[in-house]
Amino acid sequence: MAKRSAGVYVVWGLVVLLIILHQDNWFWNDPRLVFGVIPIGLFYHACLSIAASCTWFLAIKLAWPQHLEHEVESASASAQGESTR
Amino acid sequence: MTQLIIIAIYLGLLLGLGMFASRLFRGTKQDYMLASHSIGPFLLLMSLFGTTMTAFALVGSTGEAFKEGIGVYGMMASASGIIHSLCFFVIGIKLWSLGRRFGYTTQVQFFRDRLDHDAIGIVLFPILVGLVIPYLLIGVISSGVVIQQMTGGAFESLFQTPDAQTNGGVPKWLGSLIICCVVLIYVFFGGMRGTAWANTFQTLVFMILGVVTFVVIANKLGGGETFWESLQNASSAVSEEKSTRAEMSKTKFFTYLLIPLSVGMFPHLFQHWLTAKRASSFKLAVVAHPIFIMIVWVPCVLVGVWATTSLVPATPALPRIPGTDIVNANAVLPFLVKTQTSAILGGFLTAGILAAIMSSLDSQFLCLGTMFENDLVAHYLGKQRFNDKQQVLITRCFIIAIVALTYFLSLSNPTSVFALGVWCFSGFSSLFPLVFAALYWPRLTVAGAYASVIATIACWSYLFWKSGFGANRTYTVDISLGGATYETMPVVTIFACSLIAMVVVSLLTKPPSAEVLQRFFGPAKA
Repeated sequence: MAKRSAGVYVVWGLVVLLIILHQDNWFWNDPRLVFGVIPIGLFYHACLSIAASCTWFLAIKLAWPQHLEHEVESASASAQGESTR
Repeated sequence: MTQLIIIAIYLGLLLGLGMFASRLFRGTKQDYMLASHSIGPFLLLMSLFGTTMTAFALVGSTGEAFKEGIGVYGMMASASGIIHSLCFFVIGIKLWSLGRRFGYTTQVQFFRDRLDHDAIGIVLFPILVGLVIPYLLIGVISSGVVIQQMTGGAFESLFQTPDAQTNGGVPKWLGSLIICCVVLIYVFFGGMRGTAWANTFQTLVFMILGVVTFVVIANKLGGGETFWESLQNASSAVSEEKSTRAEMSKTKFFTYLLIPLSVGMFPHLFQHWLTAKRASSFKLAVVAHPIFIMIVWVPCVLVGVWATTSLVPATPALPRIPGTDIVNANAVLPFLVKTQTSAILGGFLTAGILAAIMSSLDSQFLCLGTMFENDLVAHYLGKQRFNDKQQVLITRCFIIAIVALTYFLSLSNPTSVFALGVWCFSGFSSLFPLVFAALYWPRLTVAGAYASVIATIACWSYLFWKSGFGANRTYTVDISLGGATYETMPVVTIFACSLIAMVVVSLLTKPPSAEVLQRFFGPAKA
């Protein structure tokens, strides 16, 4: 339980961080091209999309609401039990 | 003509897929509307992604990048990558669980039950339908426009127009009619299973064709010996104005973050969420959605900014908005495909654009038919009055009626409907506090829910009126603070009104009954 709680905080902390990093005022007027092919502002946000995927990967590992699946399973087991009674 | 043949083959394949899905139809209402909760991780990912990505993802992203530069990716795409997955994780899985436990098919059923108040359905139903219809119209009109543009020259003696780009092309009314019929047939016969399969196929089509088109256009415009060299040539020709966000408001960029919250309240996504086989089916969608957005959007944004450079040949000139000298930004991608690539690729890309359009249209048509049947017919006339077969038939009849109505509305060519796009999203986003509170805030009361909905309608209507009913497409709510003026998206004001009204009124009114709290927030009964 303690591991899950800590994981939840880590995940939500990362989501807040992503939202803060999304406002990249530091690259706003920067015309540099990364590897000569992609403007840095676009490259940065493409990396942010990858970071978002990584964050959501952590979310499913550390903060997955397993109890919701169990609730559905127990509700269907209960419904099946009543129908066969 | 080549393009037309490719489009015809593509539409034929789609129909075949829909008909094949219908062979697996089990004849029940559950199966027709929710595919019997049988959708696994991959189909769920593809159908959620296909539904949230409209034609705008391909054509609009290129057009916006042409006008605004690379900033549109951060504003619309990377923001969606974060927020959409957040909605799937926080709202989607929880709603799936409640839907499975209590047997919901529509959002209205959930709110009626959660708030223990029947009349909330009467208020929510027209709002949800009203916000989806302009979205549908945009898809139907866009499909006609795309087919006409891409088949220009195919039937010069048959379909004449004053515009050289579209002369000889399949007329808009006919293109839209064909698309409506194709979508209608596979939704009518295949129901949710057909829709999920078609979405998966179409999402694969528009993602793959988007990347192929990007490579071909990059090589053609860049003109390098290698693909890498072509990329370097093309990107180095882009002006500083387009490769930065110098002209973009920072506060507008920030406040645009609220727009993607709309997916939390889309009725068609609610229905897709409920199709999941189990909660774990969401995992792939939650993780892969931001990457998928990147795969589609980055190439389109790059093509959009390259189109502003001198690398694009001066003749033929970029298409203009009729009667003006302004470049028609939404026509930039079809134009580049037509002039810079082969007819075969042009045909494939048209199929890709149509795929993006249809993968949203199908879910919306099915969802509206489902809502009419469940929230009106079955709810008010009684579920016992009709058997499953009859309820499926009623849903199908509603779907035909909605497709026909949307098509006839599209014939009046209400171009102003395009201005409604962001306003529809703002409306859905502003109802996000309601769905979030319904799931996570036990203190939400029915009066608080009404207050939220009324505040959303009132504020939305006022700002929509202030924007000249959407005519002013760059309308912002400007806030003056410490001598500086900050531009904010209207969604911020509407969202804040909705949230404040909901919280204040809920706290001032009687809390929900212990029975409701036990049902939604107590431990599930084994």
